[in-house]
Amino acid sequence: MPLSPNRLPDAYRQMLVIRKFEEAIRDLYMGGKIRGSFHPCVGQEASAVGACWALQKDDYMTCTYRGHGQALAKGLSVRAAMAEMLGKATGCSKGKGGSMHFTDPSVGLLGANAIVAAGLPLATGAALASQLQKQDHVALTFFGEGAVNQGVFFETLNLAVVWKLPVIFVCENNHYSEMTVSHETTSNSETYKRGESFGMPAVVVDGNDVEAMYAAVEAAAERARSGGGPTYIEAMTYRLWGHMMGDPEGYRAKEEVARAREVEPIVRLGKRLKELGYSQSDLDTLNAEAEAIIADALQFAQNSPAPKPAEAFTDVFA
Amino acid sequence: MPVLTYSQALNEALREEMQADPRVFLMGEDIGHHGGVFRVTKDLIDTFGPERVRDTPISESAFVGLGIGSAMAGMRPVVELLFMDFALVAADQIVNQAAKMRYMSGGTLSVPMVIRAQQGGGRGNGAQHSQSFESWFAQIPGLITIAPSTPADAKGLLKSAIRAGNPVMFIEHKLLYSTKGEVPEGEHIVPIGKADVKRVGRDITIVSYSRTLLFALEAAEQLSRQGIEAEVIDLRTIEPLDMDTILESIRGTVRLLVVHESHTNCGLGAEIIARVYEQAPDTLITPARRLGAKHVPIPVAEALEDAVLPQVADIVKAVEEMM
Repeated sequence: MPLSPNRLPDAYRQMLVIRKFEEAIRDLYMGGKIRGSFHPCVGQEASAVGACWALQKDDYMTCTYRGHGQALAKGLSVRAAMAEMLGKATGCSKGKGGSMHFTDPSVGLLGANAIVAAGLPLATGAALASQLQKQDHVALTFFGEGAVNQGVFFETLNLAVVWKLPVIFVCENNHYSEMTVSHETTSNSETYKRGESFGMPAVVVDGNDVEAMYAAVEAAAERARSGGGPTYIEAMTYRLWGHMMGDPEGYRAKEEVARAREVEPIVRLGKRLKELGYSQSDLDTLNAEAEAIIADALQFAQNSPAPKPAEAFTDVFA
Repeated sequence: MPVLTYSQALNEALREEMQADPRVFLMGEDIGHHGGVFRVTKDLIDTFGPERVRDTPISESAFVGLGIGSAMAGMRPVVELLFMDFALVAADQIVNQAAKMRYMSGGTLSVPMVIRAQQGGGRGNGAQHSQSFESWFAQIPGLITIAPSTPADAKGLLKSAIRAGNPVMFIEHKLLYSTKGEVPEGEHIVPIGKADVKRVGRDITIVSYSRTLLFALEAAEQLSRQGIEAEVIDLRTIEPLDMDTILESIRGTVRLLVVHESHTNCGLGAEIIARVYEQAPDTLITPARRLGAKHVPIPVAEALEDAVLPQVADIVKAVEEMM
């Protein structure tokens, strides 16, 4: 079943929540309120929402340090995410994980990861658990095209196929590996061919089209659940902001970014909604709702206490 | 009580835990029909099948990572590395993932996984197949590190490790597999974090573990003939370290020698001795000493390897100098 047009306004709101979350973090970061690094996912909202909405709540997911949107789309509470960014006791990891380690097993989120490609075997292991437990959970792992030159990427694809594991590999190809143009350091930058070479179905999807992403992941999940093994999905998208805050972006022309803004996912879904008969006022309402969700999360996070120093010494062992 | 080899004792622990808990499964290279290079998983595939005794490709990063992922999703994997040296291939998954997952998730995830491997020298396996890594592992918060020296401890500690609910580095020694000892049948549990006094003595405390523990016992026999009675403590668990047992012993013997096969430099001996001087500063009447591998890679030729790794004669000599 494709993503029902009735759910597109919700998807639009969800994508706006992600966008506004990142904008709020940027402002906090510039104001010196965020510790550490922040890797924004602005421009990549459709692949996050389309992919995660095609899963069940108890399906597993791992994501990357550019994964705020992926985590929120899977169901992580916006309040808990914002509080984590501000290092508060009410954060999803009580302030111990931060921007690159959003986690919430109650929605299947087995962690974002700060090591490129490290989440692939973790999700695939969760898929193995599902297979051994004779459950029908699938696991999805997000990674960037910058991950496809890591050894563990190849190792994991091989094992997933050999053991026919219910896992979905979603490569968000945003064209840049940190501050380097990906095709300059990758022998064949059509990464889906790497998935294909292991003998799994591999598709290229317009990652800025939430409906296309949903359809691709839904088909992959259905195949995985019925014992058909893994699928590789290469989602073509574009990173509208830099690798991280403070990235001077000397590796690309401003015109390139300006062109990408014309086809970015939220603009596109807005047009699609209008084609379906929604008015500008309907879109404004969704926008206001998203803003209210972020304002609420900000207020919650700002009013939350910092963790007590003694908390630094808990949660090392079970 | 039945007498088993160290390998058989480990095999028995795996078999019993797999029978008792359907979440327990095994992954590793050649562990299925081949039964493991050191026979630890012998015949387990016949009882539990290839689903629970899984032969892996030579992809340490991936299958350690799959172990972690499966543990986070409710399984209890026991992952075998052919040689502990190969832990370095999977270092990201062990150090950055397994050890930190619970902490980074604010306690919402856990990784109940055992990584077993044999390590150490004495067999001429060369510099990439003879290393000892327990001091490294002990430096990583979030890992439990265990190194049993006897078949009974091997069984009891492996059972505890599988039930620990946390990532455990379970260190075996390639030259202990054929050693024999009495092993209690059935439910035999050795607690994690508890050292064992393997020989009682009044004159000096020798702290060791794994294969050099046997060296320490042999040295103690020789010293006894000269009238020197060494107390020999088997740490069994490297992290968490049982300082209480060490401190209690040195209050009686007032001398301390730490012996291990890993490199002396920044090794466990340094850690134990530092803690002794912090926690019981006026106890020792002669400076504590440590014996470990000299600071070179482990060579192959017997004459060279023997010169690098601590031997029984080195222990005897060190003790004599301390008396």
